[in-house]
Amino acid sequence: MIQDDKDKHIDEYSGIETTGHEWDGIRELNNPSPRWWVWVFIVTIVWAIGYWYVYPAWPTFSGDGFRGGTQGSINWTQYKQLEESQNEILSRRAENLEQFQKNSIEDVMKHPQLFAFAVAGGKSAFKENCAGCHGSGAAGARGYPNLNDDDWLWGGSIENIYLTIKHGIRTDNPKTRASSMPSFKGMQEDDLKQIAAYVMSLSKSWHYTAEGKTKYEQMCLFCHGKNGVGNPSLGAANISDSIWLHVEDSNPGIVSQIENPKHGVMPAWEGRLDDATIKQLAIYVHSLGGGE
Amino acid sequence: MPTNNNIKLFEKQQKVYPKRVWGKYRKIKWLLMFITLGIYYLAPWIRWDRGFNAPDQAILIDIPNSRAYFFFIEIWPQEVYYITGLLIIAAVGLFFVTSLFGRAWCGYICPQTVWTDLFVWVERIFQGDRQKRMKLDKSSLSFDKFWRKLATHLTWIFIGLITGGAWVFYYNDAPTLMGQILNLDIPWSVTGWIIALTGSTYLLAGFGREQVCNYMCPYARFQSAMFDEKSLIICYDESRGEPRSSFKKNTSWQGRGHCIDCKICVHVCPAGIDIRNGLQMECIACGMCIDACNNVMDKLSLPRGLVRYDTELNQKLSEKNRENKINIWRKRTIFYISILLITSSIMFYGLSSRSPIELHVLHDRNPLFVQLKDHKIRNGYDIKILNKTHEDKVYKLSVSGIDRPEIRIMGAGNISPDNLKVFADSVGHFRVFLTSYKQMFLRQKLIFYVEDVKTKIKQHKNSIFLSGKE
Repeated sequence: MIQDDKDKHIDEYSGIETTGHEWDGIRELNNPSPRWWVWVFIVTIVWAIGYWYVYPAWPTFSGDGFRGGTQGSINWTQYKQLEESQNEILSRRAENLEQFQKNSIEDVMKHPQLFAFAVAGGKSAFKENCAGCHGSGAAGARGYPNLNDDDWLWGGSIENIYLTIKHGIRTDNPKTRASSMPSFKGMQEDDLKQIAAYVMSLSKSWHYTAEGKTKYEQMCLFCHGKNGVGNPSLGAANISDSIWLHVEDSNPGIVSQIENPKHGVMPAWEGRLDDATIKQLAIYVHSLGGGE
Repeated sequence: MPTNNNIKLFEKQQKVYPKRVWGKYRKIKWLLMFITLGIYYLAPWIRWDRGFNAPDQAILIDIPNSRAYFFFIEIWPQEVYYITGLLIIAAVGLFFVTSLFGRAWCGYICPQTVWTDLFVWVERIFQGDRQKRMKLDKSSLSFDKFWRKLATHLTWIFIGLITGGAWVFYYNDAPTLMGQILNLDIPWSVTGWIIALTGSTYLLAGFGREQVCNYMCPYARFQSAMFDEKSLIICYDESRGEPRSSFKKNTSWQGRGHCIDCKICVHVCPAGIDIRNGLQMECIACGMCIDACNNVMDKLSLPRGLVRYDTELNQKLSEKNRENKINIWRKRTIFYISILLITSSIMFYGLSSRSPIELHVLHDRNPLFVQLKDHKIRNGYDIKILNKTHEDKVYKLSVSGIDRPEIRIMGAGNISPDNLKVFADSVGHFRVFLTSYKQMFLRQKLIFYVEDVKTKIKQHKNSIFLSGKE
């Protein structure tokens, strides 16, 4: 490419001057820009000037720090727009929240809009605070209870779920839920196996000895109850159902739990979450399907 | 080296001044303009009773509520595929007409043509016919020129305004919006559309005109793919017209063609071409040159049709051997007809079998299933029931395919699966728990049924019941 004024010449075909650019003998005509294009260009410039006047456009050295700039005639900024839409959402939420706080849990459960509000709020609070242990679908894991099922260590009514969340389990909260299963470590292995066999028989057909049953009734019945139905007021597990939290549903598993009992711990959320959120969480967990 | 200095690589646009003409095709064109503009301006005002819960406008695209209404048809957003069908029918219908009649669409009912025609008519009212307009444009600015030009442009803008004004009625309740417009209490979205369409009408019909067809319109260009030698085009009968020369009274036609080179066909042409040069890409087949030439032929007592609609094939044949001008049974027309028939029958089937209920079932993903105390298994589902009628409905949900299922609906209060209420024209969302014993297959197929309690109309959806990890 040659770019030199000396190369400018009049094109013999069209009679138009060339730009002086040349590529392998091909020259570029210096036609004027199309008129419509020039007009559009001018209009965009005029538009831009109008835009600068109406909207914030140019940064200035004065002004309040990072937002310094021309303000625009209609005094509009994206910050203000964001604030407005956030306030709108917050005020709409505040209305529901006020109604929610005013009503008892029983009334909320009958009111479709408040119920939906509680479940939605509970769901998001659950994802933020509870999913770490219980899983995002609240299905739990070994040692972490599944909140979808109908087996509750400390009771599955909304009131009980609410208290469990509020005061926690085995925490230093004064009203915490706490209990502890004693360890039967010194017991003879044969006795342990016989008790475990009896416990197995409570939830499925399993061979057990009369001795195993007697030992169970002597040592376990007080908390776990006759036929192993458990006692929610003590946090004593129901060991006659098909749900096993800490150990596998097997003879060695049950023996290990009798020798070295495992206990779950859950933090108290009182003080960390406000009461309305704890209420929402209780309703949400109850709505997962296993609530009593 | 070429020595010709006259080759122009850039040609300045020549303004076209179409002359007034009267005749058969001009009459058709006026009539079609009347009909098409009539439909455009009046259609949103047609009322159609849909009952209490729905708008009573026959043609309405209700964007905020995401519904579209067209007389007896109502579609929801997920049914936009009907619009695909409509577009296929419209496109293939256009191809079919083009293969038979050439650019009939371009010449008669394309909005660009209709509004340009209207604007030229306005121009003629204020500035006179071709000669006067040309003279006026060349003259220097005077009061006479000023008011004539001003009146023309103001009328154009007014037409643009009511064009944009009519457009917005298709998206809003027409009488309500009319009230708002008359009170100058217009929503911004409406104002924006009116301004945009006023501007585009003013620019495209006032200034763009034939350039829109030549440079902007893709349809004008790819139409040639639908043409064959049996499509109707505007032909100048060269064998009859040539050699052309000007005519003096009482001279003989011996040794000369019937074209008297009066150039009237050129003067009336809205595309500014000379049809005697043969078929050109600018020609929109409006037939104005035919009317003009026929009028001249009548005056000369010569047969009409020196310029006429005819096929390319007939041009090559001698007068005796010429075929019928419109030949519908050709490969390409049969092809277009079959596409039209297939698409419209699918559309008709789809619309006539459209159920007033739609059911969606989404099986829970987390957890996939829940083991209960008493050895039973529970699965959760999100169920949506779409009530497409305009009445509040009560539905009954049932399931088949698994043993002794218990259905429970989770919601505020006690909701029975026999009594699911869904408001008119809306979606009911239900959380459903299905409890049963461990099934024969870990992944058991099942079917959800929903039934309108009153009309007994049913709808079903397949789903699964999981009772263990696979």
